[in-house]
Amino acid sequence: MESCNCIEPQWPPDDLLMKYQYISDFFIALAYFSIPLELIYFVKKSAVFPYRWVLVQFGAFIVLCGATHLINLWTFTVHSRTVASVMTTAKVLTAAVSCITALMLVHIIPDLLSVKTRELFLKNKAAELDREMGLIRTQEETGRHVRMLTHEIRSTLDRHTILKTTLVELGRTLALEECALWMPTRTGLELQLSYTLRQQNPVGYTVPIHHPVINQVFSSNRAVKISPNCPVARLRPAGKYMPGEVVAVRVPLLHLSNFHINDWPELSTKRYALMVLMLPSDSARQWHVHELELVEVVADQVAVALSHAAILEESMRARDLLMEQNVALDLARREAETAIRARNDFLAVMNHEMRTPMHAIIALSSLLQETELTPEQRLMVETILKSSNLLATLINDVLDLSRLEDGSLQLDLGTFNLYAVFREVLNLIKPIASVKKLHVSLTLAPDLPEYAIGDEKRLMQTILNIVGNAVKFSKEGSISITAFVAKLDTLRDSKAPEFLPVLSDNIFYLRVQVKDSGSGINPLDIPKLFTKFAQNQSTGTRNSGGSGLGLAICKRFVNLMEGHIWIESEGLGKGCTAILIVKLGMAERVNESKLPYMPKMPTNHGQTAFPGLKVLVMDENGVSRMVTKGLLLHLGCDVTMVGSSDECLRLVSHEHKVVFMDICVPGIDSYGITIRIHEKFTKRHERPLLVALTGNTDKVKKENCMRAGMDGLILKPVSLDKMRSVLTDLLEHRVFFEAI
Amino acid sequence: MDVVNQLQRQFIDYSASLHREGFLDDQFTQLQKRQDDNSPDFVVEVASLFFEDCEKLINNMARALEQQQGVDFKQVDASVHQLKGSSSSIGAMRVKDVCIAFRSFCEAQNREGCLRCLQQVTHEYSLLKNKLQTLFRLQQQILAAGGSIPVVE
Repeated sequence: MESCNCIEPQWPPDDLLMKYQYISDFFIALAYFSIPLELIYFVKKSAVFPYRWVLVQFGAFIVLCGATHLINLWTFTVHSRTVASVMTTAKVLTAAVSCITALMLVHIIPDLLSVKTRELFLKNKAAELDREMGLIRTQEETGRHVRMLTHEIRSTLDRHTILKTTLVELGRTLALEECALWMPTRTGLELQLSYTLRQQNPVGYTVPIHHPVINQVFSSNRAVKISPNCPVARLRPAGKYMPGEVVAVRVPLLHLSNFHINDWPELSTKRYALMVLMLPSDSARQWHVHELELVEVVADQVAVALSHAAILEESMRARDLLMEQNVALDLARREAETAIRARNDFLAVMNHEMRTPMHAIIALSSLLQETELTPEQRLMVETILKSSNLLATLINDVLDLSRLEDGSLQLDLGTFNLYAVFREVLNLIKPIASVKKLHVSLTLAPDLPEYAIGDEKRLMQTILNIVGNAVKFSKEGSISITAFVAKLDTLRDSKAPEFLPVLSDNIFYLRVQVKDSGSGINPLDIPKLFTKFAQNQSTGTRNSGGSGLGLAICKRFVNLMEGHIWIESEGLGKGCTAILIVKLGMAERVNESKLPYMPKMPTNHGQTAFPGLKVLVMDENGVSRMVTKGLLLHLGCDVTMVGSSDECLRLVSHEHKVVFMDICVPGIDSYGITIRIHEKFTKRHERPLLVALTGNTDKVKKENCMRAGMDGLILKPVSLDKMRSVLTDLLEHRVFFEAI
Repeated sequence: MDVVNQLQRQFIDYSASLHREGFLDDQFTQLQKRQDDNSPDFVVEVASLFFEDCEKLINNMARALEQQQGVDFKQVDASVHQLKGSSSSIGAMRVKDVCIAFRSFCEAQNREGCLRCLQQVTHEYSLLKNKLQTLFRLQQQILAAGGSIPVVE
């Protein structure tokens, strides 16, 4: 036998065991070859498979294993050495690959496992999100429903519509079987069925309000599930099957006065209505949480809408009322106007009609007085005259007062001499005062302007009235009249809160105080004094003969002059003080042509107004010197004439009371002379008064004179009367500067 | 009596005309009022003083303005001022008005103007002098006839 280099198998091939091994190996090989095929097939199919490399490795491992088993088939019979070596190669390779694969798997398997856990996690997450989505959707749904409901509710301001709409919409949204609203009755002890969804006109079911269920519902602001057997829920005839679930919620009824933003939910007066909602029977539906929330929200909205409606009703009512009142007022005003017009016409006519006979009576009685009369006749005529004068005054007063009341009286403003007014009053009152042996004194403050702008006649009337009253009501003693410019602080405390003086540059407030030591006035009566026709009977003034209008008129005049008048008295028998403050305008510097420089005071026209008054006249101009001398001689002065400043200084002595200097001549330093005279006479009472005489001047010159120390300045030409009054004023006040 | 009345009436008319024509103004009336028993010739005295003054001043001004080299306007002005004062004291209205114009020319140092004014002043002054002398003559006549000088308002 030739050596075939074959390897014999260890066991005979016909052995049964060998046969089975042969078959198993065959199948293994088959399986091992088909696994990678399957793998490849499925991997190709799937889009994602991250472990390709592993797959290749695994495939290789499997293929080689299969190859090994396949080749093993040949080793069951006698086989050549080649086969054996192939077999060996295959095995070696397989061993290598499988070891590598085993090592690889150590890394791979944990990854694969974690993929699994992640998958589980994601699935859970997805489920959770799904749940939440469901929730959000339901919430959104609820919100939409609420908005829609609110919109429906708010689209009207009519109470009934609001409620009806609420019920309808709720019923629609929640698919309710029945929805009802119970309102509290007027007494507040019962709930009355007011609105339902299905029944059109609910018959007036009432339920007492103090039911435990109702209390429970009212005490919470949430929707509460109640039993279908509760009296409020028994609206339908007893159900066929299971009645649906019922929910009740309170609807706060807001009163107008409850609108305090801070305590909106907590209301002091708790009036609630009850809203009952019933799910359809036989539906086995349950009330979901979001549905309950919806119901609560709607209940609140309804409350708001109802209160809006209530406010609107209220305001409409108020407006109607106002309109009615307007119409009534208009009518009243027109009637009043007609009445005033009628009165004015009447007064106008009566005025004329009344005055004409009055004039006749007065005129003729005074004429009668002049004729020859017996004493009794004279007495009678005097009485007639007095009475008719009184009557005339009364008529005038009444007319004035009525004109004052309408506001149709206007002041006659003009420039007048304030001092003169006071002097006139004094002169008018002096006779009466002296008869009663009353002493009257007048004090005018030095800073009181001489000229003022105002209504002279009425101011005098007012002052005269007050002074007259003072005289009238004083039996003895003295009356003092003071007048000065009121300063701001004295103005403020004039006891009249509505008197607000306003100071400005060209006005001033004149304050006049008339103090008497007469019978005084009870302080309680003082407010009545200024009311017309109210006479003070108690203080024995029966024979005063006044009409009671005087003070009323005064007050009105004073008011027109934007002032204030009041009376102070400490009591009966303690005299009283009348104080009046009026606003007057400051007079512009008056030039001579407007106001003749004639004081109203009757000056003595005697020749020797200033007997023996020693006067020095200095004037360079002979003619004017002579003229001035003539003037002064006429007035009785003892005149010394000088023609130059040196002569003047030489001759001037303390005997001279006044020195007149002509300063308009250039070349005479009048200011120098002034200064030197001042130096010569250090004592004030020794120094003569220095007056400048000048033909033309201006403010500057006047100021220079003042500054140099002159006591006066007069403009040439000087008339006799002017000189007289200048000297009077000069000697009285020791200063006189003529108005430029 | 008739004569006196006639003279008085004449006097009044003449006075009124003087006032109307602007020769005299209120100041003169005042002066006339000043005349009384204590000073019977007050007005006449004042008037004569005035005339003296006037003439002196006018001469001064004429001399000053004639200076060919450099007129001393200050002096002229001073004289005019004096004249103005005198005339206003006596009530010579027209003279005073001319003086006012004269002064402005002096200030402007206008020789021509000044000369013209001087002429005017002289003219007015002589007019016034004549008129016043006539008036005083009337007065004397009234007094001589035994009447009293009426006061003209």
